[in-house]
Amino acid sequence: MYKDVLKGIQDAGLFKQERFIHSAQAADIEVEYPAGSPLKEVINICANNYLGLSSHPEVVKAAHEGLDTHGYGMSSVRFICGTQDIHHELEQKVTEFLGTEDTILFPSCMDANAGVFEAILTKDDVMISDRLVHASIIDGIRLCSAMHDTFKHSDMRHLENKLQLHHDQRLKVVITDGVFSMDGDTAKLDEMAVLCEKYDALLFVDDSHASGFIGKRGRGTHEKYGVMDKVDIITTTFGKGLGGASGGCVSGRKELVEMCRQKARPYLFSNTIAPPVVAGVIKVLEILSANTELRDKLEKNTEFWRNGLTEAGFVLKDGDTPIVPVMLFNAKLAQDVSKDLYDEGIYAIGFFFPVVPQGQARIRTQISAGHEIHHLEKALSAFIKVGKKYNILGKTKQEIIEMYGM
Amino acid sequence: MEEMLENVKEYVIDEYVEDDTEITYDTPLITGGIVDSFSMVSLKRFLENKYEISIPDDKATPEAFDSINKICALVKEYMG
Repeated sequence: MYKDVLKGIQDAGLFKQERFIHSAQAADIEVEYPAGSPLKEVINICANNYLGLSSHPEVVKAAHEGLDTHGYGMSSVRFICGTQDIHHELEQKVTEFLGTEDTILFPSCMDANAGVFEAILTKDDVMISDRLVHASIIDGIRLCSAMHDTFKHSDMRHLENKLQLHHDQRLKVVITDGVFSMDGDTAKLDEMAVLCEKYDALLFVDDSHASGFIGKRGRGTHEKYGVMDKVDIITTTFGKGLGGASGGCVSGRKELVEMCRQKARPYLFSNTIAPPVVAGVIKVLEILSANTELRDKLEKNTEFWRNGLTEAGFVLKDGDTPIVPVMLFNAKLAQDVSKDLYDEGIYAIGFFFPVVPQGQARIRTQISAGHEIHHLEKALSAFIKVGKKYNILGKTKQEIIEMYGM
Repeated sequence: MEEMLENVKEYVIDEYVEDDTEITYDTPLITGGIVDSFSMVSLKRFLENKYEISIPDDKATPEAFDSINKICALVKEYMG
């Protein structure tokens, strides 16, 4: 039975294959691809390693020390005998970093999103989410008995209509990503906060692609939009900019966090983050709280990269985050460009339907503070070489579609 | 009936269609991927407010909401 299903996935060109990396995660990596091939040194421009902390010596050292002092695992959920002093310390440090009232750790942000809605809402409430929120939020919404509605992506007029439509619900929660991972745009949190205040709604933000580097001090999208005290619930991950290992959290109003501690199933029924990772994330937050050097470097690298691609004549999605989608529109073209870039020593992946809408295929590039200018110059040269091969430089969306189809 | 069909069509286009997809009274909305089953709630509430009816949750199924014709048939049933 599954043989046919898997063949169907393959025939549709949607079969996912892993590429084995033989080195630590960094700007320069050694990759075995396809499986069995000799190792190839490539520049990685598709990791969520925004701050270059995944293999940072101080973080690695702290994780080693955590392993030595607190062991490898807990063999228990939090509320039986699975909470160490460092778990509590990390929760306090996250609270301080994000500027919230309290924080609870989860094994991942996927788990945080899966658990939070069910823990705080009932069937008398409504969840109103942006139509492009992350899949983990969709899963969390499915697990919750509250009514669910959506608003068009970043459309504040539409959101207001929905808040009016659902004015009679007990609680209303407006749900959004801080930075949208496919397009790299940011939620209009300032306008959303005003609407939430006007209609007495809670504001929920998943800041997984923002924590550590968006905002002047890297605190996240709520800092960028000047609404640090207006967001009721933030979920985020430690698996991207904040060290890249694993783990996530719910951070926000004290009573909402406490509800998660009492009722969130991924918290109640699975082990929390392993001690060496906790020690590593504590170090990450210490590094980021000491100065803004890394997020400042990331900002400069992103500007260099965006300007370079724009001047070369690529079509980009607008934005100012380190997620820079190079638009190709056609799925096969995206796969071919990705393969040619790999041959040129650049690791960047093509995204196409159903991960992004039909006709919106792209190479999603992600810039890191771990990149040096020479990495970006080499990657830019490779993009220009491949772009010339396919004759897409200086071409508009319509012209590319005319050449390659949607 | 024609007025109701046009009203519902106008709402569906404004609410769910973000490109130039053409919608007829028989276009499959849910199975055709135009209306996310998550977003059906606003359609249900729109119908209830506009036509002053109450549609039980177990009748507001993806099948019953799968085209403008089917939606209007359901509304008429509850308008008495």
